[in-house]
Amino acid sequence: MNASDVVSDDMDIELVAFSVAGLKHCLEITKILEIRRWSAVTALPHAPAEVLGVMNLRGAVIPIYDLAARFELGDTKPSERNVVIVCAVGDKSIGLLVEAVSEIITVRKDAIQATPDVQSEATRDCIVGVISIEQEMTRVINIDFVATEKSVERV
Amino acid sequence: MSQNNSIRDTLFEECQDLLEALDEGLNQIDEGERDPEVINAVFRAVHSIKGGAGAFALTELVAFAHTYETIFDEVRSDRLILDAPLIKTLFRGADHLVQLVEAARADTDHDAEMYQAILSDLNAYLADNDDEEEVEFEPMALDFSVAIDLPAPETSVFTIHFAPHEALYKNGHDPVFLLRSLAELGSTEAVLDHGDLPDIEKMDPADAYLKWSITLETSEGEGPVRDVFEFVEGLCDLTVNKEENPASTEESPVLSDEIQSEESTGQEESRATAIALNDQPSSPAKAETSPQDVSTRTGSKPPSPSLRVDPDRVDRLINTVGELIINQSMMAQRVSQLSQEQRRDIENDLEDYKLLARDIQEGVMAIRAQPVKPLFRRMARIAREAAHATDKLVRFETSGESTEVDKTVIEGLVDPLTHMIRNAVDHGVETPEQRREAGKDETGTIHISASHRSGSVYIEIRDDGAGLNRQKIFDIAVAKGLIQQSAELTESEIDNLLFLPGFSTASEISNLSGRGVGMDVVKNAVIALGGRTSIASKTGAGTVFSIVLPLTLAVMDGMVITVADQTMVVPISSIVETIRAETDDVHNLDAQGRLLSIRGNFVPIVDVAQRLNLRVEKNDAEQVFLLADTVASGQTALAVDAIHDQRQVVVKSIEAAYGRRVPGISAATILGDGKIAMIVDPESIVQLPDVARSKDTPLFSKELAHECK
Repeated sequence: MNASDVVSDDMDIELVAFSVAGLKHCLEITKILEIRRWSAVTALPHAPAEVLGVMNLRGAVIPIYDLAARFELGDTKPSERNVVIVCAVGDKSIGLLVEAVSEIITVRKDAIQATPDVQSEATRDCIVGVISIEQEMTRVINIDFVATEKSVERV
Repeated sequence: MSQNNSIRDTLFEECQDLLEALDEGLNQIDEGERDPEVINAVFRAVHSIKGGAGAFALTELVAFAHTYETIFDEVRSDRLILDAPLIKTLFRGADHLVQLVEAARADTDHDAEMYQAILSDLNAYLADNDDEEEVEFEPMALDFSVAIDLPAPETSVFTIHFAPHEALYKNGHDPVFLLRSLAELGSTEAVLDHGDLPDIEKMDPADAYLKWSITLETSEGEGPVRDVFEFVEGLCDLTVNKEENPASTEESPVLSDEIQSEESTGQEESRATAIALNDQPSSPAKAETSPQDVSTRTGSKPPSPSLRVDPDRVDRLINTVGELIINQSMMAQRVSQLSQEQRRDIENDLEDYKLLARDIQEGVMAIRAQPVKPLFRRMARIAREAAHATDKLVRFETSGESTEVDKTVIEGLVDPLTHMIRNAVDHGVETPEQRREAGKDETGTIHISASHRSGSVYIEIRDDGAGLNRQKIFDIAVAKGLIQQSAELTESEIDNLLFLPGFSTASEISNLSGRGVGMDVVKNAVIALGGRTSIASKTGAGTVFSIVLPLTLAVMDGMVITVADQTMVVPISSIVETIRAETDDVHNLDAQGRLLSIRGNFVPIVDVAQRLNLRVEKNDAEQVFLLADTVASGQTALAVDAIHDQRQVVVKSIEAAYGRRVPGISAATILGDGKIAMIVDPESIVQLPDVARSKDTPLFSKELAHECK
């Protein structure tokens, strides 16, 4: 499910923490190719709400997803202050619009707790686990899920 | 087994070349060429396929190739005459060989029925020959003095010493197959020399210790004997000694040409009858000469040197060059924003940069370009088959065979051209009787030509048949409900009815054309390649189908437009004209549907922004239209907000990046300012539901969402 599976439990892993709709999320650093400032994208016709459009990254066409919309946390209003995290999913690259990147956190692999049994299907699919740091909960996102087909009623 | 797989891949790549060589040779023979070298080349091609297939135990392919090459062996020893029926059978055999190779490559089953049918056709010639051998042999013997490669009636004896190297085993060869192949040539006696085998403790199982001495008594010459070892050249120590036959004064009557040419460099050695193919395989000097040996063996003309390159590498290079072009236009845009003073010097340099970038682009595109010759050869075969099936006499002519077109375009042309050629034979060319009555040559002519004209490739299929029967086309179109009985159409409009979907239907499937797929499929296939088709016909004189194609699919000529504040590109190939309409040219048909009148004709208006879901409300102000020619709904006026300019754009796949198809959009491109622009697909946009029209129906959004997949 996650490439971090290859890391044994007692090894440290690094994650990049960022906020989506005011909530703290993080993603393993090895999946991230680069972090860019938001710039206007070209809209994709007939795209679902979470697909903001496509961006030119040095000649490659990269779809940009609004993570907040993807996780059903409302829409992010893209602005100059937002950033796009470009990450690798399989052999493709995708961009994730987030509010802001805060820090890089280092935790032991076994510090990631399984997602508690919650009702929301979207939440269960989007998050592979949670990490508790200083009383605050950080969600580890499931990057593979982001680019998958979305349920149809959100068009 | 990965190494095995890569060897397998190499085998099939070689097979591809060999099959082309076979086809090439057959075509030369079909044109009346009887040069022994051509026949030898065909023989060798099939023989090499057999050899390669044998290494992978593809028994059926081996058996088929064996029968096939036997025919050529008979031909080259003048025991079988290459007449028209035999050539036809050989063509069918070659076609089947292609299928067998493809089936073996894909590891799928082949058509067993066809296999048997063709194999028995081929065998019939061999059997015939056996029957007539007695009769034919005598007159042939008279020619003995002149026919250099007439087989000697007597057999000769070869002593072969064969010592495989370790590399032979590593490359996946097996001495068993080689010994078996030798046994096919005549009676053999093989003696295994295992004297080099060390004690079991010292033995390296991967090393080679065994040697064979084989005595072969055969009616074949040294050539075929050496051919057995063709694939292991350099991988073994091999000597072939021919025992002098005191009865024969001629050195060796069966020596095939390739051996003679090889030996012409060293007549002395060849007389000495022992040629060590490779005494010191590790010596670099020897290794250098061996490729030349191969080239003299495999053809009269040395093959033009070529590189085998992984297509992915070429595609990456094309991508990078695409970036370069985009980068160049970005710089041009920046420079144009500078003041006159600042840009005076830089503009010249930039112009050079532009030219260089275009040169590189053209050079890179040329790597992917291939001549249309193999495609035309294939069409020649199809024409022959179709003529055979319809009992018509057809001469197939080609011109511009060396015209080079992008590989993808060539691949995409196979199906449409096949249809068109079959149609030309089936419907275009008349029967010999009809032609005689019309005062024409009984043999009809189909001419296919390719040429480059102003950045496009023109392909023309011309027949000298009866021309289109416009009344019949009109009647069929009325009967199928495609047009009204009362419709008044110009000649060219009637001709173009052929391209309407549903004009030809499945009920008409005939064995020959495999139809049910009409000309609309042809048109669609050509449009998918970014091209367009047209027809011209003259009653009694014939029909011309023309296809105009872009040189490459990686770059496209596009019209830059604005739609709902988005910059987009429409392929020029689908645009008939641009129209700036007056307000009173736009007519409301009903609440939503509107028509544009162009010189008295009404065409439906399609609002691009609405169809792409970029703007729901109707834009009444718009008066700029692109008249697009679509297969699905004929001429359609695409309403856009503005038309800017025409430029070459580099095509980028959206589907690959986004993982799904975008309705109404074929691809994307990057403009001079670095922004991505969508490339509109007029064909799919006219088929999209109108957002404004159906916004009240709740079902709609779901349907559309499915379409988004």
